Amino acid sequence: MRIELTKRPQHSVLFSALSPFIALALTMIAGGLLFAALGKNPFDALYYYFIDPLRETWSLHELAIKAAPLILIAVGLAVCFSSNNWNIGAEGQFVAGAVVGSIPPVLFPDFQMFLVLPLMLILGVAGGAAYGAIPAFLKVRFNTNEILTSLMLVYVAQLFNDWLVRGPWRNPEGFSFPGTVRFHEYAILPQIWPDSGRAHWGFIFALVAAVAAWFMMSKTLKGFEVKVLGQSPRAGRFAGFSSSRMVFFAFLVSGGLAGLAGISEVAGPIEHLNEKISIGYGFTAIIVAFLGRLNPLGIVAAGLVLALTYLGGEAAQISLGVSDKAARVFQGMLLFFVLATDTLIHYRIKLAMRSHASGGA
Amino acid sequence: MGTLEAILLTIATAATPLLIAAIGELVVERSGVLNLGVEGLMVMGAVAGFGMAYLSGSAWVGVICAIIAGALFSLLFAFLVLTLVTNQVATGLALTLLGLGVSGMIGEAFIGLPGIRLEAISIPILSDIPLVGKLLFGQDPIFYISIVLTIVVMWFLFRTRAGLTLRAVGDSHGSAHALGISVMTVRYLAIMFGGACAGLAGAFLSLVYTPQWVENMTAGRGWIALALVVFASWRPLRVLAGAYLFGAITIVQLHIQAISLAELEFLPGVIFWLASLVKSIPSQFLSALPYLATVIVLVLISRNRRLTMMNTPASLGKPFVPSR
Amino acid sequence: MSKVPEHGATPLLEVRGLTKIFGELRACDAVDLVIAKGEIHSLLGENGAGKSTLVKMLFGSLEPNAGEILWNGNIENIRSPGQARSLGIGMVFQHFSLFEALTAAENIALSLDKETQIDKIAEKAKALSESYGLPLDPYSLVGDLSVGERQRIEIIRCLLQEPDLIILDEPTSVLTPQEADKLFETLERLRSEGKSILYISHRLEEVKRMCDAATVLRHGKVVNHCDPQQETAASLANMMVGEEVTSAARTPPAEGQEGEVLIEVKNLNREPATPFSIPLRDVSLDVRAGEVVGIAGVAGNGQGELFEAISGEVTQDSPSVVRFRNQDAGKLSITDRRLQGVGFVPEERLGHGAVPEMKLSDNLLLSRHTTDSNAFLGGLGVIRHDTISQTAKRINQEMDVRKSGEDPEAAALSGGNLQKYIIGRELDRQPAVMIVNQPTWGVDAGAAARIRQSLIDLARSGSAVLVISQDLDELFEICDAIAVMHNGELSKPLPIADATFEKIGLLMGGAEPGHVEHDHGA
Repeated sequence: MRIELTKRPQHSVLFSALSPFIALALTMIAGGLLFAALGKNPFDALYYYFIDPLRETWSLHELAIKAAPLILIAVGLAVCFSSNNWNIGAEGQFVAGAVVGSIPPVLFPDFQMFLVLPLMLILGVAGGAAYGAIPAFLKVRFNTNEILTSLMLVYVAQLFNDWLVRGPWRNPEGFSFPGTVRFHEYAILPQIWPDSGRAHWGFIFALVAAVAAWFMMSKTLKGFEVKVLGQSPRAGRFAGFSSSRMVFFAFLVSGGLAGLAGISEVAGPIEHLNEKISIGYGFTAIIVAFLGRLNPLGIVAAGLVLALTYLGGEAAQISLGVSDKAARVFQGMLLFFVLATDTLIHYRIKLAMRSHASGGA
Repeated sequence: MGTLEAILLTIATAATPLLIAAIGELVVERSGVLNLGVEGLMVMGAVAGFGMAYLSGSAWVGVICAIIAGALFSLLFAFLVLTLVTNQVATGLALTLLGLGVSGMIGEAFIGLPGIRLEAISIPILSDIPLVGKLLFGQDPIFYISIVLTIVVMWFLFRTRAGLTLRAVGDSHGSAHALGISVMTVRYLAIMFGGACAGLAGAFLSLVYTPQWVENMTAGRGWIALALVVFASWRPLRVLAGAYLFGAITIVQLHIQAISLAELEFLPGVIFWLASLVKSIPSQFLSALPYLATVIVLVLISRNRRLTMMNTPASLGKPFVPSR
Repeated sequence: MSKVPEHGATPLLEVRGLTKIFGELRACDAVDLVIAKGEIHSLLGENGAGKSTLVKMLFGSLEPNAGEILWNGNIENIRSPGQARSLGIGMVFQHFSLFEALTAAENIALSLDKETQIDKIAEKAKALSESYGLPLDPYSLVGDLSVGERQRIEIIRCLLQEPDLIILDEPTSVLTPQEADKLFETLERLRSEGKSILYISHRLEEVKRMCDAATVLRHGKVVNHCDPQQETAASLANMMVGEEVTSAARTPPAEGQEGEVLIEVKNLNREPATPFSIPLRDVSLDVRAGEVVGIAGVAGNGQGELFEAISGEVTQDSPSVVRFRNQDAGKLSITDRRLQGVGFVPEERLGHGAVPEMKLSDNLLLSRHTTDSNAFLGGLGVIRHDTISQTAKRINQEMDVRKSGEDPEAAALSGGNLQKYIIGRELDRQPAVMIVNQPTWGVDAGAAARIRQSLIDLARSGSAVLVISQDLDELFEICDAIAVMHNGELSKPLPIADATFEKIGLLMGGAEPGHVEHDHGA
């Protein structure tokens, strides 16, 4: 048996909309099989993963907390990937944003007024964007592969942060635990609705970023430019768009949003900078971006789904004793299924029964 | 054993996994496919190697299983990018993310268990030669495999018809298809070879380098292997040189971190002063060196656009849909 | 081992009812074809008539949906090019099937089905190439060779397999007239050795000159089997197109007053950007209002590089190297050059002149986002889709673009219709200067005639038109003067009255420009 693809004359609108759902369904089936193989009841497991965390208000707040950085980063990555630039170092830009944004409360703890928080957010964006500008600069100036450089810089950022929170920025009263002092009240991101849960303004930022990016990508000439350069660089050059400037634009946007996610995380739920802030949001956001089909509004939904797998992983661990590592397996499978079902958008798939190799081999 | 000899020996140990993984990826890229999943393949090889060695009690069983695991896991990638024509960059990332996830889950059971070390082969007499004896004749078997692998791949690519076919597919899949070469078959095989190599490289980490299981124990080595292929302009001998260069950087910074100043007091004044200066560099900065070195090396090698364009397999990363 | 042609005996190849369906398209529909031993058989048809599909099935690289192929009277199921080769079918591809990063000898080795030492192959190839008068260095990298030399490799590679049938797909479209003559000699010698040749072309003069029989395809169906010697070029053309072919009417330019110079290129030099690209050397050219000037040349002699430089996709160091309408443009971007009233149409339609997966209306913005920003863009750079759709509609009507659906993606259109749209996109602006690279490459006859006429009309209405083309017939049909590009250098333009195929052909082959008399633009 052989699988044959025929290119559709036009992309399928139906499968553009359906493919993320098919992928999600396939992931659940595969996940169910996985749990069955582990000797757990697959329906129980899926319940704890995808339903249980949605039953209580505080839990919904936790969902928003987890989703906020994922959506923020993924929205930036969607713009970046759409322009065919492959920033896979968002994790590093996230850390850079957290570090730079933490300068006011850590280095100037006595500077306490309402301006501190906006300043931190601006610094966070600037830090992430500046760190993202490094692979962009190397790509434009030296033709260096941005995938590898942006990824290498993740390790560098993590090690730098590790040095800071164990060295110069370590809280002297922290009983030799790594980490800075707790941020003062003016440096803490407020909660949206403190009476019902911990969700903070980071989630609002994520929604605003998603809507703004959606507007830019689907309504404006800038979004057109991003897509043209991403789909056919040569046509982009013919249109007079500069691919070098686009590299910077893509990395500054995605780096800036990753930086905002970083400082929002530190100034939000964590309330100080430590060595454990980097837990892979920058990589999971890649999955979010693809599950949302690089559409900023789709990414909001996709971010919530992926956030759910984090919470579900914890819930399943507590209730069923399944390793929380299963969540990452889920996430990895999801990306595979998303990519596989995306094929349906551009191709018709036919199963040919007669095997018929096209060569002497 | 002198310090210098120890350093040389450990450089070889640090270089071997990079070399094996990079040689595998070189073959994949020569066939025109970019597999960014090397990190995921390596970590799968590491966990399979450690686990099967532990369960069977034989390190060799672990090695074989790691190779098989790498090849099978890469088949998943091959199916997506070749048969379903998915984006190679995204699918490679997916492979890495899935590999890290699956290995983490499988490996949970192995955390803290004593590992089984693949014993070194020591050729009598020859291995007693000072300085190079142990380096050349007293290493673990995978070291020898890595050297033989490099030579065999060189011979295969440039001296055999099959190698010529592989390079032709990487240069122009359209022309190859028109001539009746099965682009799909060539690429499936190349990807699986790359996967097997990455699996072996992973087994080296969990059975020789540090015989134990630690989550994410590949620590970016798969990505460095990818960079090595670019650095080497897709030539096996240069991959060998690059791997040893990176091995050296890794090991030198580790030794700087490990050595204490007291051990160096015999050094003359100025050099001791320099050494103490180096020692005052925080360990995190030293640990970042291999990653920074990767960036710098990539910059140096990519700067010449014309040369890069000449060397890069022309259909690298481009989708291919055969028409029939 | 030469064979005497045996007429009336079993044909070498017989095809019955061969059909290939792609999706809803019947690319080949019940095609019959008979090729005798020792004959040169022509396969005629327009672009998209199904010629390439048919030969790909004969060569085993496409699988037919129905029908059968008889080889020497036996039914054969040709499953792969390797099998076709072992039967004795060889093929010279139109868009070569060569590997640029490999040597000539390695390229040849790849199509031989058994493992042979490269050195032996090189030796044999060299000997064979000399015996046919097609010199070849087996150790040169294909990427460094000219198109003519590449075709030689293809032919030698094919001959080394000692085939009985050689299929040539549009072999002369990349050659100078003189190179083509040389090829015809080779083909005639092969015929005298008893080999059969299936010759695919849309050049009717060649077919009449050389071929013993012809099969004409239209929309995937055989419309006629005929003897080309008994036909006229016009009757063959009618069979191919199915209607009276109207060629563009070149009205003479306005007499007496010379138009103002609107395109001025002076000593344009450009270093090669990629390993295989051609440097431009001291290219100079003037085009006046009211005239169409053509640039002829064999593919790969710097035409693409010239287009990039004139269009501003690549800018120059000095402002006065390129001037439009008496304004310096050398340092201006393509967008700024458009603002000077210049329209550009590149060679590649998909991926250069249009984004394949974007709708026609979106593709309108590609070249007009700044020149028409008042009409197409609102505040914040918001795209006004309603205005754009209206404009796209107008262009489609004006140029008779045939498409399925209101606003399909560019990739869904046929080559000819997309080209009409891309040209119409620029004409709609009424550009004072128009620069077109390969206006009708791969376009059907009807669309080609329309496009050529529109370029002539634009010039006669007072614009300057520069056409780069590898199709000499086209240039002779529409141009007032023709210059020739060879190896990055441009000859002085020959007024059309003085130009002949032979003169232009010599220049294309690299003859010294001084050898050809000219007295244009003193």
